[in-house]
Amino acid sequence: MTFLKRLHTRGGVHPEGMKSLSEDCPIAPLPLPDRLYVPLQQHIGAPASPVVHVGERVRKGQLMAAGTGPVSAPVHAPTSGRILALGDALAPHPSGLGITTLTLEPDGDEAWLDTAPPADPFALAPEEIARRVGAAGIVGLGGAAFPSAVKLNLSRRSSVEVLVLNGSECEPYLTCDDRLMRERAAEIVDGIRLMNLAVGARDVLVGIEDNKPEALAAMTGAAAGTGIRIVAVPALYPMGSEKQMILALTGREVPAGGRAADIGVLVHNVATAYAVRQAIVLGHPLVSRVVTVSGGAVQVPRNVEALVGTPVQTLIDYCGGFSQAPARVVLGGPMMGSQISNTSVPVIKGTSGVLALTRAEIGQPEPAPCIRCSSCVRACPVGLLPLEMASRIRAGDLAAAVEFGLKDCIACGSCAYICPAHIPLVHFFNYAKGELAARERTRMKQDATRQLAEERNLRMERIAREREEAAARRKAEKAARDAAKKAAASPPAQAASTPAETETA
Amino acid sequence: MIAALLSLTALGLSLGLLLGFAARKLKVEGNPLVAEIEQMLPGSQCGQCGFPGCAGAAQALAEGKAAVDCCPPGGADLVQALAAKLGVEADLSGIKASVPMIAEVQEHLCIGCTKCFKVCPTDAIMGAAKQIHTVFREACTACGKCVECCPTEATRLTPVPVTLQSWYWHKPEAGWVA
Repeated sequence: MTFLKRLHTRGGVHPEGMKSLSEDCPIAPLPLPDRLYVPLQQHIGAPASPVVHVGERVRKGQLMAAGTGPVSAPVHAPTSGRILALGDALAPHPSGLGITTLTLEPDGDEAWLDTAPPADPFALAPEEIARRVGAAGIVGLGGAAFPSAVKLNLSRRSSVEVLVLNGSECEPYLTCDDRLMRERAAEIVDGIRLMNLAVGARDVLVGIEDNKPEALAAMTGAAAGTGIRIVAVPALYPMGSEKQMILALTGREVPAGGRAADIGVLVHNVATAYAVRQAIVLGHPLVSRVVTVSGGAVQVPRNVEALVGTPVQTLIDYCGGFSQAPARVVLGGPMMGSQISNTSVPVIKGTSGVLALTRAEIGQPEPAPCIRCSSCVRACPVGLLPLEMASRIRAGDLAAAVEFGLKDCIACGSCAYICPAHIPLVHFFNYAKGELAARERTRMKQDATRQLAEERNLRMERIAREREEAAARRKAEKAARDAAKKAAASPPAQAASTPAETETA
Repeated sequence: MIAALLSLTALGLSLGLLLGFAARKLKVEGNPLVAEIEQMLPGSQCGQCGFPGCAGAAQALAEGKAAVDCCPPGGADLVQALAAKLGVEADLSGIKASVPMIAEVQEHLCIGCTKCFKVCPTDAIMGAAKQIHTVFREACTACGKCVECCPTEATRLTPVPVTLQSWYWHKPEAGWVA
């Protein structure tokens, strides 16, 4: 192992890992489901726009929806088959709202689109690597699902110094990155090298929590002689958060309200590096991912490689179904994942886990009054005062919560986890952030409508003025005609009133 | 004695002159509060408050002649903001239940009379004679003028639909934070 810098950490909690449920289960490919439901927005940014029509036959990896706008990602066919429908379907989201989804009926052939991978992927230009990553629809696979090509391009332009690969997987239960690093370390290292060709960082660091010795060993072996440093970081939640990982590995802290790029660091997940390798070396777009299926209510917890669009129920059935009725089904990890109410929703690019948790596991006692023990303050990895922020939000004073640093909250849930009074602290913060965003949208709309109203008023005034002018002109013309007529009929007399009227008009 | 009298008189005179000069020279043109309040109002000049446009309402609010909840399109946020600005108690009981609304043209009832788009203060309705009209959601302030003038009751106000982009967690009911 390479030398260890002094590791910096702040706050954090130690939730029970629960990783032994699935960490020894090799990644198993999931059999083809009957139907695939592929949402057109599986990333942060603008939804993709469909380029196929209902009834069309597609091949595996074929473009189904193209990215729109600067921050977006395309969506590809997860397998070969026929498009059955395009319309609203239940989104894998706690709101239970609909999302535009393509329904695909697999034909069972798994026939890949003909791809032309480059002869030497490591000789590609940086721009070309980023372009191919974008065209392959790769997004951050750690959960946030931010389009990776956008990050690569931004980082190259701002000449990033350190490329950090996040292999910490700090969420309890999840072992998908752990298994990927153990089984496909060489591919991940290829992906990391390709990513670094695209950004040109001086240092490349891979942070892996020290509770994954096998993954550490596999990655260290694969990275030997490449200049990539594999670093063991302490197992402490939320080590996998971008800003906490940077602090632990480099000792540098992202400023409040800033981004990793501000201090010259780019962070990607190890699973994203694997997807980059598949896209560039094989020419395969992102159509599948490794998902951990675990939790006390799952018969046989394991890791599966599932096609994007596979219904969650299919994964659970493959793992033997429920051993008991789950109290809650969560997509992602138990700390930051999103609760779903229906298992017919699909696995998408950002889905790292499917957890069926029992009542005992979620343990949700009634909230009690705050005793001001300040456990949440010690646990906060950002150094905020969760109890103060929550009390302001509860009283409806969001501005005061923002002064306490609400916008720097990463919603990791450490405070709510540690709170002995079981106060739903992170729920308060999520509500407040949503409410602030809604107010901002209202404000922007108001500015826009005010301008519309002003423009309309100006237009109305102009129209009224023009109408008056036209009327006056007509009147003057008529008066002139009348005067001429009268002058022709009876020469000098009684024309006094008409010219006066003409003058005033 | 004389010296004290003179000096105090001189002091009083000079300060009085200074004040008089300052009152003339640094005179405030109009009430700055009116302009600030007008910036906060929606600016669609819908007239639902009973004043001639948002400028009129701002004037009345600044003078204390209008209640802080006089602007229906502004909603609860505006009431709170105005109450904070004017230093009065906000009574949210009347508008607590209000949700953001938006105008909608029911296409099976619209006869294309063009009345609604003529009165829309933000040009949020598009249409032509004997064509079905439609509402631009981004520009509609839900002022309700189009609802009043529609001869076939084809326009109505509906709650703004919640989307994945606009959805967020509700406020937790429990949670006793000191």
